[in-house]
Amino acid sequence: MEMAREAAVWLCLVMGSVFCMIGGLGILRMPDFYTRTHAASITDTLGATLILVGLGLHSGLNLITVKLFFVLTLLYITSPTAAHALVKAAYAKGLDAPHVEDETYTSKAAAEDGEGAD
Amino acid sequence: MNVFAVAMIGVLVTMLLALVRAFLGPTVFDRVLAANMFGTKTVLLIAVSGFLTGRPEWLDLALLYALMNFIGMIALLRFSRFANLASDEQLK
Repeated sequence: MEMAREAAVWLCLVMGSVFCMIGGLGILRMPDFYTRTHAASITDTLGATLILVGLGLHSGLNLITVKLFFVLTLLYITSPTAAHALVKAAYAKGLDAPHVEDETYTSKAAAEDGEGAD
Repeated sequence: MNVFAVAMIGVLVTMLLALVRAFLGPTVFDRVLAANMFGTKTVLLIAVSGFLTGRPEWLDLALLYALMNFIGMIALLRFSRFANLASDEQLK
């Protein structure tokens, strides 16, 4: 039982670190701001959750776990709010996403152009 | 190797990558995004390092950092939009 718990702690912490590093790689390599937001949010949800759950599994059920739960709840509330505010501010400022091809719009516009030509 | 040390190295690498983006970032929003991610990773780093050194009481500090990170980011966004933290432009 102790062995299984230790293995679960290892799994959670290592997977959490890996997801954090994937998000860090994404925020560095993604082509424009909106895709970078997408990459950053994975570290806030999956990475933070796995790391904090791993710590909670290690500590057992006591006051430490309650504090970890508070940290996790706070991150869950504030991180989407912050991401939403950030993207909304960028969109209101008129920041466009030059690397994203809006296929629905272009195909629809092309179809309308075709009808107009006929 | 201690599992907490492994997790700490992962979080530190992530913080380094976020810092690089904060310095490179072409727009102010990229920098704010990277700074926010850096703050979130600070929370995780404090939590993990508390367990690494055998003092999990540091979680109180992590809680405080999470709150300050959120408030700081909203303040920064307001400032970048209105160039003023107490603007009444929204009321008009």
